Parts: sequence; structure tokens; C-alpha cells
Amino acid sequence: MKWHVLRPLWVAIGLVGAILIAGAFLVPDDFGVHGRNFTYGYYRLSNVQEWKDFPVKYQGRESCAECHEENLQMLNASTHAPVECENCHGPSVNHPDDVESLPLNTARDLCLRCHAFLEYPNSARGSLLSIVDRRHKRRKECSECHNPHDPKEDMR
Amino acid sequence: MTCSRRDFLKEAVGGTLASVLPLSAFTFLSPAEARAAIAESNVRWAFLVDTTKCVGCGLCVNACKNENEIPYDAAVTRTWVERYVVTKDGQTHIDSPMGGRDGFTSMQMGEEEIDPDDIDKAFFVPKLCNQCDNPACVQVCPVGATYQTNDGVVLIDRDWCIGCGYCIMACPYGVRFFHPVHKVADKCNFCYHRISKGMEPACVECCSFGARRLANLKDPDDPVTKIITTERVAVLKDEYGTKPHVFYLGLDANVR
Repeated sequence: MKWHVLRPLWVAIGLVGAILIAGAFLVPDDFGVHGRNFTYGYYRLSNVQEWKDFPVKYQGRESCAECHEENLQMLNASTHAPVECENCHGPSVNHPDDVESLPLNTARDLCLRCHAFLEYPNSARGSLLSIVDRRHKRRKECSECHNPHDPKEDMR
Repeated sequence: MTCSRRDFLKEAVGGTLASVLPLSAFTFLSPAEARAAIAESNVRWAFLVDTTKCVGCGLCVNACKNENEIPYDAAVTRTWVERYVVTKDGQTHIDSPMGGRDGFTSMQMGEEEIDPDDIDKAFFVPKLCNQCDNPACVQVCPVGATYQTNDGVVLIDRDWCIGCGYCIMACPYGVRFFHPVHKVADKCNFCYHRISKGMEPACVECCSFGARRLANLKDPDDPVTKIITTERVAVLKDEYGTKPHVFYLGLDANVR
């Protein structure tokens, strides 16, 4: 074959070789087929552990009970028992080690998420006690009168 | 050909040894070891959504955004709650402002105010990644940055994703989005960091009504698995053949 035909061929072969060599250095060793097949399981294995190590923020009521047991007892005895502490108090993350106080949300909007009246027949929303926002103590925070840990208690 | 007794025994013993020795290279595996060797796990995560219990408080969306470090005020979310209002004229009104992050507190749906007397039925439908058995999003990834773990969860390798967006296009459920901070594709992974530690996903933990529950389909004693296998559950967009693993109780035909 003539030289002008071979020259680009050498360049192409060189490029493929360079890509293969670069790949050998740049692609992590644990990259490969780890799952059921190539289509769904071709990945970097150490990434699974990286996701497992993602920090947990919501610690759950058991961790709250370690210090705030009387609050939790009151909550568990009330109609608000299924409501998770961190829904109102915010995710505890590393509280009390790093995060000393949690941002307690006392806004009306938080209570209205469940207790705003929506006239929906056959919806679970209808079985909850609810108010029409603009007709019920418009300027007040709910917790001024209702104890969130025991809604039956009158705080006034 | 003649063969003495001595030669016959020699040859027989030698031949037996020669044929048995290579067999010793094989090891006998216990069933557990065998399962590990073919990378099969005794966990298959699935999810059960009871739409009849959802009240549209949006605390699951709020918890998900906090737990998974999704920018709170960006219009992206790993899970969201849709409101369906079916009126007497046969129309279905759907909305999900900010993914239902702040809950549904008024009858107003976008621009329109729907008269309560016109409503036939109204309900809330939480949505999240279906962790499909045949995930379309994984098939289209050109670099192998998204994959299915052995326990059925589809994950995204943030170091390997090039942000091309093919997977965002491929998902029939629209659960994938472009993460505004990491500049990669992102989606719900059932809180993989929590479920692999034995905790519930953040949205499940924060749901006060039991509308969201996690199941291990390979554990026949799992109470949620029992519901999925024995009760009448439905999945979204079954016709796509993706084999979604988020099961819905009380799913309405209007839900898309």
C-alpha cells in the first residue's frame, strides 16, 4: 500500500492505543459487571459503599427519647402519637453533639398541612379535625392555645 | 496385548488419581456462599403507597429534601405528592406545587378555584422512584454511571455521571432530575444509606398516616410484603414493561 494511505491508519491505530492505555490508568479497578448482567450491573463497586456512608439526618423518635422521655410519653398518649418529633423540631442530625438546638417550627402553616379544611369527599383528609384558616384566630400561632404534644390540652 | 496384574493395578490407581486431582480444584459451597458468589442478595427492596391514607401534608417531601440534601427552594425533588380532583363534568385537575413540599392547604389549584359542589372525588398520590426491575434509565446510560444494586435499588455514581441527561429523558415516570449543586442526574434511592442500616426511608419515617411503607420482597414474613403479595395492588405505567417496584393500594384510573 502507498504511504499516504498508511499514514492516517497509523494515526488511528495510535489513537485507539492511547485511549486503551489512558483507560487502563483512569478507569477504577473495581469498575465492571457486578450485578445481574452488563445492561443493569456495569458500575464502580465502591460507589455502593459511598451511598451507604451518606450521612443520616432524621434520627427517629427513639433517639429523641434518650433525653426527652417525658415529652415523648405525653406525645405517645395523645392523638398526635403518629407524628414524628422531627416533623416539627427539624432533623436532629448530630444533635446534641454538633447541633445544639434544633429549629422548632411553630408556624401556622405547619399545622395547616394537615388541619386546613379541604372539602374533599372520600379523602382521608376529611377524617382529620380541621379549620378554615381565615375564620379561626387568624393572627395567632396554633401553639398559643393548643399543646402540640397533647392537642386536647387547653393552654389558655 | 498382555497386561500383568501388577501393571493393571498401577495403571488403574494412576488413572484414578489423574482424573480425581483436577476435581479437587473445585470447592463445595454452602448455599449462602453460592448465593454470594453469583451476587444474589436476600433483599429486594420495594415500596407500598396507600393512596387512601395520604392526606397531602407534604411532610414526606419536606423530610426527603432535608435528608438527601436536595436544595430546598429549587423546583426539583426526589419524591412528590400529586393532588387529583375529579369534577362532575368528567375532568381531572392535577397539581403539585413545589412537589407538594408545603402541603395542600387551600382548595385553590393554580389559577382555578374549584367549587366543592362540583367535586366527585379528590385524593393525593405520593410518587417516588419505582426502582424498576428493567430500569430504562440504566439501559440508556452511556458511561455506566447508573446501575441496579443486588438488592434492587437503582443508584447513580456521582463521580462517574457526565450529566448528559439521557436517563432523565428515558424514565417514563419522570422521577429523575438534574441536581443543581452536583451537576449530575439525581433521583430517589429509597434512602439507601438508611435502609442499609436497618432504618426506614426518611419519607416513611415522617409519614404520620402510614401511607408510605418499605418492603423486602424476599422476606416472606415482612408484613408489608404480605400486603403486596396478598392484596390488590397496582403499579404505575405497567404497559412500559419496566416492572416497577412501587406498589399502590387504592390507585385510581385517573392517575397517570
